[in-house]
Amino acid sequence: MKIGVPVEVHLNEQRVAMTPDVVAAVAKLGFEVVIESGAGARASYLDEAYRAAGATIVEETEALYEQADIIFKVRQPEFHPLLKRDETELLRTGQILIGFLWPAQNKELLDVLAEKGVHALSMDMVPRISRAQKMDALSSMANIGGYRAVIEAAQHFGRFFTGQITAAGRIPPAKVLVIGAGVAGLSAIGTAKSMGAIVRAFDTRPEVKEQVESMDGEFLMLEFEDDEDGAGEGGYAKTMSKAFIDAEMALFAEQAKEVDIIITTALIPGKPAPKLITEAMVESMREGSVVVDLAAEQGGNCELTEPGEVVVRHGVTLIGYTDLPSRLAAQSSQLYATNLRHLLTDLTPEKDGQVVINMEDEVIRGATVVNDGEITWPPPAPKLSAAPKAAPKAPEPAQISEVAEASRPGWMATTVAMAIGGLALLGLGHVAPPSFMEHLTVFVLACFVGYMVIWNVTASLHTPLMSVTNAISSIIVIGALLQISSDRFIVAALAVIALLITSINIFGGFAVTQRMLAMFRK
Amino acid sequence: MSEGFIQSAYIISTILFILALGGLSNQETARRGNYYGMVGMAIALIATVFGVVTDNQFFLYVSLIAGAVIGIRLARTVQMTQMPELVAILHSLVGLAAVLVGYATFLDPEQSFVGIEKTIHDVEIYVGILIGALTFSGSVIAFGKLSGRIGGNPTLLPARHFLNLGMGLVAIWLGSLFVDQAAAGGGFFALFLMTLVALAFGVHMVAAIGGADMPVVVSMLNSYSGWAASATGFMLSNNLLIVTGALVGSSGAILSYIMCRAMNRSFISVIAGGFGTTASSGGGSGDAAEQGEVVAVQADEVAGMLTNAKRVVIVPGYGMAVAQAQHTVNEITRTLRDQKVDVKFAIHPVAGRMPGHMNVLLAEARVPYDIVFEMEEINEDFPEVDVTVVIGANDIVNPSAQDEPDSPIAGMPVLEVWKGDTTIVLKRSMATGYAGVQNPLFFKDNTRMLFGDAKATLDDVLRALQSQD
Repeated sequence: MKIGVPVEVHLNEQRVAMTPDVVAAVAKLGFEVVIESGAGARASYLDEAYRAAGATIVEETEALYEQADIIFKVRQPEFHPLLKRDETELLRTGQILIGFLWPAQNKELLDVLAEKGVHALSMDMVPRISRAQKMDALSSMANIGGYRAVIEAAQHFGRFFTGQITAAGRIPPAKVLVIGAGVAGLSAIGTAKSMGAIVRAFDTRPEVKEQVESMDGEFLMLEFEDDEDGAGEGGYAKTMSKAFIDAEMALFAEQAKEVDIIITTALIPGKPAPKLITEAMVESMREGSVVVDLAAEQGGNCELTEPGEVVVRHGVTLIGYTDLPSRLAAQSSQLYATNLRHLLTDLTPEKDGQVVINMEDEVIRGATVVNDGEITWPPPAPKLSAAPKAAPKAPEPAQISEVAEASRPGWMATTVAMAIGGLALLGLGHVAPPSFMEHLTVFVLACFVGYMVIWNVTASLHTPLMSVTNAISSIIVIGALLQISSDRFIVAALAVIALLITSINIFGGFAVTQRMLAMFRK
Repeated sequence: MSEGFIQSAYIISTILFILALGGLSNQETARRGNYYGMVGMAIALIATVFGVVTDNQFFLYVSLIAGAVIGIRLARTVQMTQMPELVAILHSLVGLAAVLVGYATFLDPEQSFVGIEKTIHDVEIYVGILIGALTFSGSVIAFGKLSGRIGGNPTLLPARHFLNLGMGLVAIWLGSLFVDQAAAGGGFFALFLMTLVALAFGVHMVAAIGGADMPVVVSMLNSYSGWAASATGFMLSNNLLIVTGALVGSSGAILSYIMCRAMNRSFISVIAGGFGTTASSGGGSGDAAEQGEVVAVQADEVAGMLTNAKRVVIVPGYGMAVAQAQHTVNEITRTLRDQKVDVKFAIHPVAGRMPGHMNVLLAEARVPYDIVFEMEEINEDFPEVDVTVVIGANDIVNPSAQDEPDSPIAGMPVLEVWKGDTTIVLKRSMATGYAGVQNPLFFKDNTRMLFGDAKATLDDVLRALQSQD
């Protein structure tokens, strides 16, 4: 089958859905590639490079659509300004279209594609499961967007990011707040951090705290009683409760006064972006601060964002570019084309250049939005979440209560035992002579001293502990010595034997302990 | 020397003994602790020899010096793998000494107590000899088992619990008989009979306990030797003996408790013996269910895995001690550390045949103690470990302790090696461990088996490691 890659017609779109490397890679899967002349030019991939990799270059857009069985695109089909007709009109029955189609926002497009009998796979619908990570184009683009957001911010920010002490004075480091620690947010954190800024990050999903910290960012915790978890299905965030949002807004208002740059990446799938930065917060920011709104396309996280524009309000630059990945066209084209290649690999199980749309495959099922003239969107919910679920938390309280129950009889037994022991001691004291009670006192106290001392012994020294206690317990030699001078032969003889064996023990025990301890070394 | 002077010397000795035990709280102070113990013992001996002894000095010095020579020779020549045996036989000496001193006290004509004091004194003698005899025979059997002179399997007599109970009752009955007769000046026969019963009791008790429960037995006997000394102290009205005995007794008791907790078993169930018998019936069904494929590897593959790993944890078990492989383990550790591989050791409390056995072996092989970790310290780290090497250990790394509530070892804390990336298990064969339970670890996808004698296979691994450079 032939893969056709047309020029992207969207205004200012610089990306392309194919790179020379990928041309060579898909050739191994049995595909030929046809490229419209100049398709990669704005991403620095020239026609000659494609040709060298084995692709055919065609001049005419219509010819490309006619030849190709599969169309690789970045953007969804739209009105072609040069041909004066819609790109969908160029498609034909049985053709396969792969690109960012945003089915939720483009229901009409799906209808048109279904009517035409086109098979359409949408890259933004690839489910977020581990196996599909290599074809997760949204993450690839978000990664680039996060990086570019920091670069844009740096361009509009009139200062260094990194703190310096120079001969001309001290420069404080820039403070960056990243809201939403998804792929884009994490990428922004890493980029800003590597440029020397102080980076703070916030996310409604507490489990991303570690990821933020792994990027060397500081995770802002919300002081909020309810243990609300913002993780929705598929590793995306969900809408939070009113109380949570209030607490969150208070945090942002406080941070806005302190930070120089705010990068917002908060998106909830299928909903307009939540408004997190109010006009009042922008007003409270320092003159010359920058806000980069990565959610501008979905309406923006900041009230004042103008999608696609850079505006200055209250002395703060608000960047609302919706095409940040396109502004790093070579990089994003490379990643996107590679994502496409991985999807294509899954689509051609036999590696024979024949695409099989296997609707049993969870990834392909998710991505396919139109198949054989039928709209197959939305797909059934994915089974696995990329983030760990909160479910394992539930059994814990049960375990604790079990332990509590188990320990209750133990306490009872201890109390009873102590009572019996106390009574027995009183009874003994009643009949025993004072001298015995004195010895008993010493004995009991010594037991307690031993108890306290031994618990401090480190487990690795248990063997030396045993040999040294063994040597010390030979103090029984005193007993032998007390009797060795007896007039009775038998007593003295027993004492001599006892002395002999205890002295073996004393010297042997201490010596072997010494030998062992000498071996322990750092 | 005046009585007061001797007493002061005893107080100093007592304090020094407490400091000696306290010093063992970490490796830096441990050696100083041992010196405190020696000085304490020397002070006690000197004070007693010069303050109390009036006659028979010749025999005293001869036996003291003879004992010293034998003891030091023993300490010098013993191999570290034989430490459990040595400790056991030394325990038996304390027990024997307690018996001898008890008899000597009983036969000593100078003792003159009347009334209740006489009764208490007789009870003290009786109890002292009882514990001493028990310690003696028990330790001798433990020594036999540990040194392989007696089979390590539990010897289970029929109706053994009733036998124990019967012997206990006989001992109490003989005790009352002895006190009655001793009041009239006799009682030797009852005392002698009791000694025989106590000896039999010790033999029977330890014989019923098998190999891997030995750490509990050894520390229990350690405890008994302390109580024997303490009982002798009561008998002789000597506070130094009482205190020291109590220190040693509680030390051994705590060790036994730690060992029992590490196996999730009650002290009574260990002492009552018979782990293997109940286990085999319970584990039978588990065996069939858990069978699967094991993946065997060769020494050079293991070497490859180790060099490619960033974090390696070595879990030594009794098998390492048996094969005397600790020096090779250290060589491998050094080679890997030179290649910037992070190597740690994970020690389960009951690994080996006595508390801290593995630590001593590793120390002997000159493994630095700061890379040797206890189970609690290291268990959380396993998910980040690339390669875990299990050397001759089985039950202490058995996941069924956590997964299978029916397993005989269910609830026993284990090293969670299976959470690491790859686990390499060195084993002679697929035989089960002491508890007689099949180990599902061996059948896990990320487990590789390296069969053979631990020393021989590790030597191969070391050679492969060194030839890679």
